[in-house]
Amino acid sequence: MQNLHSKQQKWMPVVFLAPAVVLFTVYVMFPILQSIWLSFYEWDGLGEKTFIGFSNYRELFDDYQFWVALKNNLYWMVFFMLAPPIGLAIALFLNQKVMGIRLVKSMFFFPFVLSQVVVGLVFSWFYDPSFGLFNKAIGLFGMEPVAVLSDENWVTFGIIVAGLWPQIAYCMILYLTGLNNLSPDQIEAARLDGAHGWKMLRFVILPQLRPATFIAVVVTVIGALRSFDLVATMTSGGPFGSSSVLAYFMYEQSIFNYRAGYGAAIATVLFVIMDIYIAYFLWRMLKSEKA
Amino acid sequence: MFPTPIEKKSLPFNMTYRVAIWVALFLWLLPLIAVLMTSARSVADINAGNYWGIPSEWMLFENYTLVFTETPMLRYLLNSILITLPAVFGAVALSTLAGYALAKFKFRGSLALFAAFIAGNFVPFQILMIPVRDLTIGMGLYDTASGLILFHIAFQTGFCTLFMRNFIIGLPDELIEAARVEGVSELKIFWYIVLPLVRPALAALSVLIFTFIWNDYFWALVLVQSDEVRPITAGISALKGQWLASWQLIAAGSIVAALPPVILFFAMQRHFIAGLTLGATKG
Repeated sequence: MQNLHSKQQKWMPVVFLAPAVVLFTVYVMFPILQSIWLSFYEWDGLGEKTFIGFSNYRELFDDYQFWVALKNNLYWMVFFMLAPPIGLAIALFLNQKVMGIRLVKSMFFFPFVLSQVVVGLVFSWFYDPSFGLFNKAIGLFGMEPVAVLSDENWVTFGIIVAGLWPQIAYCMILYLTGLNNLSPDQIEAARLDGAHGWKMLRFVILPQLRPATFIAVVVTVIGALRSFDLVATMTSGGPFGSSSVLAYFMYEQSIFNYRAGYGAAIATVLFVIMDIYIAYFLWRMLKSEKA
Repeated sequence: MFPTPIEKKSLPFNMTYRVAIWVALFLWLLPLIAVLMTSARSVADINAGNYWGIPSEWMLFENYTLVFTETPMLRYLLNSILITLPAVFGAVALSTLAGYALAKFKFRGSLALFAAFIAGNFVPFQILMIPVRDLTIGMGLYDTASGLILFHIAFQTGFCTLFMRNFIIGLPDELIEAARVEGVSELKIFWYIVLPLVRPALAALSVLIFTFIWNDYFWALVLVQSDEVRPITAGISALKGQWLASWQLIAAGSIVAALPPVILFFAMQRHFIAGLTLGATKG
């Protein structure tokens, strides 16, 4: 291909790339810089912008609500990490060839296709203190009803469980695909060597599932940091901001409190946290590109 | 195969397993089944607190008719379609072009550009929110379908370009080179050689991002405010506030909102999963 450097070939990639690059720059790349720039201004979203240096950040680090949101994001990340192992467990459970298994697998995947707004509604019902199934269930064990979504101590965990539902489904499908592509030779060889059960899983299967695990972990972390829809539909951050996460806190400050500059500072903090994972993902991706 | 095929186990074990998968499925989907049942309940049932039992009378048809006649649900549904279809088409078209350029042309900075598309795809929406909202207002597109469509095309292009590039790079170079030697123009090569070859990827990608865009809630909140434009996700959430106690209607509305991606998923399951798990088996 190298000796065919016609004029056309030199310019064609530019033509092919131009529409995507222009749109992506205008709507994604440039706004990132604008937001970071805005975070140094006091701005109500409409009027004059006033440069205030790091004041937004200083205020943020003194803001109790910010720490609550950050702590909740941390809970999201930690407990969302249950999705890959549970997804793997379900995938192992369903990786059989019996009648109707294809239907069962697709129905298990079902929650992932639902909008998070619908998932939020479904779980609000599930938790409802007067008629929700959750309270009926714990009632069977003699426990008092808990108003999960209006209890400061439980609300975030209640929302995380709702978020885990589609996330587990996603991880399950990644692992089911991975299990489908296992090398039968290696498994047979390991079986002849007497490996089975847990040992087989740990030393033969899991290493082969590594690409699936990698994707599962990445999308789970990103999903945890992006959590917004469920918080917005289930509690709007309440009660008293106790279930807020950075994404929702930012939205609330910018849209309801008209503090665009402050909101931009929150977004920048979230962006910096996320960058760690983006950088790691890119590094892995580009490394496998070169190999 | 791992775990060991169930056929090799004893008969009672087999029977148990075959029952267990359906019980597990029932428990897994229990919250959803409840919503489905609620959408068929009568007001009397709701008032009597019968949320989980069998409906005393089946009001399925009545409730769904009510949702479509008494609320803007039909409008929301239409809006969602009018927003999602052009956005899917636009994002897939742009990213096929871009993905081809990144996969089959060697030029400086191609890898950096590719990395930028991937990175952009993972950023939190909030870092884009204020500037994108301002831009949309500035262009006079706030509260219009076009404003949402443009943003979705731009944002989804990141993921789509990653997807298309990784698919196209696997296509053999020989075909393209042979055409070049013959003096076929690059545009014709793209149209007559590359495009037919990527058709399966186009299908997979389209069903996948249809679901992403259909289910978007955040941008519908940020870029739209009137019922005339509002897609179904934001619509159902707005209705929730209005019909505080009419659970049977909210349930029916939720089912309606969920249906299009669900139908698409079941119709094109193979494509959907192929798209979603790209990269999960190699790389």
